[in-house]
Amino acid sequence: MTGNLDRPDPDDLERPVVDLSPPGGAPSKVKGGEPDGGRGGSGLSGILPGIVQGLATTARTMTRHTHTAEYPDVRPQLPPRSRGVIALLDENCTSCMLCARECPDWCIYIDSHKEELPPTTEGGRARQRNVLDRFAIDYSLCMYCGICVEVCPFDALFWSPEFEYAELDIHDLLHEKPRLSQWMATVPAPPALDPGSADPAEVTAAAKPARPARPVRGERAPGPGRPSRPPRADPQQTPPVPPADGDV
Amino acid sequence: MSGLTWLEVVLRAVAVLAAFLVLPLLVGQTEHKVMAHMQGRLGPMYAGGFHGWAQLLADGIKFVQKEDVVPARADRSAFRLAPGVALVPYLVALAVIPLAPGVVGAKVDASALLVLAVIGVGIIGTLMAGWASANKYSLLGAMRAAAQLVSYELPMVLVVASVALAAGTLSLVGIAQAWTPWWLLWQLPGALVFFVAGLAELQRVPFDMPVADSEIVFGPYTEYTGLRFAFFLLAEYAGIVVMALLFAVLFLGGWAGPWAATVGWLWTLLKGLVLAVVVIWFRVSWPRLREDQLQRLAWVWLVPIALLQLAVTAVGVVMMR
Repeated sequence: MTGNLDRPDPDDLERPVVDLSPPGGAPSKVKGGEPDGGRGGSGLSGILPGIVQGLATTARTMTRHTHTAEYPDVRPQLPPRSRGVIALLDENCTSCMLCARECPDWCIYIDSHKEELPPTTEGGRARQRNVLDRFAIDYSLCMYCGICVEVCPFDALFWSPEFEYAELDIHDLLHEKPRLSQWMATVPAPPALDPGSADPAEVTAAAKPARPARPVRGERAPGPGRPSRPPRADPQQTPPVPPADGDV
Repeated sequence: MSGLTWLEVVLRAVAVLAAFLVLPLLVGQTEHKVMAHMQGRLGPMYAGGFHGWAQLLADGIKFVQKEDVVPARADRSAFRLAPGVALVPYLVALAVIPLAPGVVGAKVDASALLVLAVIGVGIIGTLMAGWASANKYSLLGAMRAAAQLVSYELPMVLVVASVALAAGTLSLVGIAQAWTPWWLLWQLPGALVFFVAGLAELQRVPFDMPVADSEIVFGPYTEYTGLRFAFFLLAEYAGIVVMALLFAVLFLGGWAGPWAATVGWLWTLLKGLVLAVVVIWFRVSWPRLREDQLQRLAWVWLVPIALLQLAVTAVGVVMMR
């Protein structure tokens, strides 16, 4: 980063000096690093003092469109991936507690209990599963870092751009499961991929053709850390393997 | 004057008071909106429904509700009196400024003199406020205001004298009637000096050192709250109205324009409004001068130009006779 910043600097200093030297007189001002002063030295703006330039600037601004966001009347155009509020898809939650433990300010509260599922087959083993009793996020503590969303292995937490949940009492900012689930409706679809970008990992994995079976390499000794796989009895041993695949 | 009945006097006083309460608010609202748009904003949009037209009324209601605090160490009577002293002179000045030959609150023969005199009194209100507040920032601001008054009153009086000399009368009605478009060139230096000195008298940007918020909080008005503070603000905007109308009458011919006989008063108001917008425009565009720059501008530039204008006017008057 710093290398990139350092490199253009000498170029920027050099180029104006070369460009402006034919009119004469300007280079020293440009080197002084005062762009307005450099411009003021030549042409009409040298005669018109800066105060007139100031008047012109404000007058020009008055004729242009304003930047005011009329928020309560006009909804803001939020950027994609806006971090408004964290929504919970509670069917996906396994109460694994990863989010609660990774949360830097411990603002996620999870209660759960274990439930025994009867065996599906006769004589089978009963299974246990976690049932989520409580999932709450205290938005008076949340710092919107998004670590919980990142860390959730089961896609139960999502960013929603919804931001209008101010309360008059700070205690009312502790939102429970039903409220967090309501925000799921406002979660936008993931933004489209950039043109030319690689496909997501799961798409490439699904689209990949079935891996051909490895040829038996009898002449090469198996690596020390690699367990040797017993050769499978497979008639399709003929297709040649590309050399790159062999290295990987 | 003796021909006036009591009823007429009361009606005229009420009319002047109404103008005194409405015109500054108009200028203030214009400032809200013009300043906002010059900065790429919208300004007030809610009060009153349509583009925040009632914003200043809402501000006034808010100011009335505020507690009227007098600092413990303040000179109570002077502190309480100061807003009135600042405000009333502009009311008097507005009463004698003609909008058209017949449209004037009070007919005074030497009205130009009277206006200059009472405007000078207005600054005493600022001085009183600064002195009575028992606050160092207030005192500094008041001292700055006093220095400004001393410096800028002189060129202003000189250029008004020049106009009075050109017209041969001290009456504002007479001056405006004597006005010809030729004056725009003849009295141009004087007009510029008057405008700059007027800005300084009003303590408007770029001459707002008495209330320089980044240096001395709010200068003489630091300790004021509620309605008294609002009176100072009203005095500022009334001052803009008075200065703009005075400039229009002295240098732009007041009601001179098409159909002057019927809508002349509208011409005066229109010219005044344009000047008020210019005052606002300066405020948006320019930074504040330093105190020594202020004094330098007055004594090195304005006073000599004003004296020169007086000489040019005198030569012109003698040549044309």
